Amino acid sequence: MILGAFEFPPIDELFRWKDVLLDDTPVAINKTAILMLVSATIVVVLFVGGSRRRRLIPGRLQNLLEVTYEFIDRGIARDVIGPEGARYTPFLGSLFLFILFTNWWSVMPFIQFPPTSRFGVPLYLALQTWVIYWFVGFRHHGIRYLTGHIFPAGVPKPLYLLVTPIELVQLLIVRPFSLAVRLLANMMAGHILLAALALLTAYALQNAPVIALGPFLLNIGVMAFEILVGFLQAYIFTLLTAVYIGDSLHPAH
Amino acid sequence: MHALVLAATEAGELRDGLAAIGAGLVYGLAAIGPGIGIGMVVSNAIQAMARQPEMAGPVRVTMFLGIAFTEALALFGFVLFFLAQG
Repeated sequence: MILGAFEFPPIDELFRWKDVLLDDTPVAINKTAILMLVSATIVVVLFVGGSRRRRLIPGRLQNLLEVTYEFIDRGIARDVIGPEGARYTPFLGSLFLFILFTNWWSVMPFIQFPPTSRFGVPLYLALQTWVIYWFVGFRHHGIRYLTGHIFPAGVPKPLYLLVTPIELVQLLIVRPFSLAVRLLANMMAGHILLAALALLTAYALQNAPVIALGPFLLNIGVMAFEILVGFLQAYIFTLLTAVYIGDSLHPAH
Repeated sequence: MHALVLAATEAGELRDGLAAIGAGLVYGLAAIGPGIGIGMVVSNAIQAMARQPEMAGPVRVTMFLGIAFTEALALFGFVLFFLAQG
């Protein structure tokens, strides 16, 4: 058995980083926090810098930003929410780009860690979405937002016994929880897979160099796949946020 | 037979082994339903796109939504896998 002695490190070792600044305080800074700050800064700098000197005929950077903005505005905000969705484009856009850049750290050489694979990050983003869709619903429909959801029209009265608890749990818990867990689990799975293949390559190089090529090529393939997954998860998170906001605006359907 | 197996292993070893089997089964079983479900979602989306290419945009958005909802179940299983490992 060639790989008999191969030992995978405990999961904590892949995800838990030492504090580098302000140790042992509630605001301690570690790799996760640094990467989040850097991603947020990249988004802000890109958009503030890119829209500083706007021209009628856009340059390369302005063109890229316009395409991105249009993708969010047309593809997500207006398509899903409706014409009034344009109001939410700035929020959806910053959400999308922040998640996209944090996800892509997972394939960045020498960094290779997506901050979104720590539960706090997607949980915060999901709670933010949760607060916003409740707020939008109550602002536009008052208490009828809640009653309209948990007592849907056209349902026979006795069925409310079954439907009302389901709808309530769906609105309160399932939506934010599934949003957070979807992003977390996807990025976590990708990170573990990449780490396992890299460790396998290193182990095979030491013990049986012939078969090291297999996991190495697989690792490169999975990295390309992770770029796609990072984009897709950012897109789905933003899309679902838009769907929930749209549902708060027009609860009838 | 059972007594022999039990006698041959330490109690802790047996528990760890069963926990590992359980953790593996949790994810494997949780992936069956969503796997079939995502297949159905995508196959029907492709059929719709092939029949009405002009509707490809809205169909694609709805397809991703369907995938996201179906996939959530498998991901809950994935998280349970880590919890079951303890």
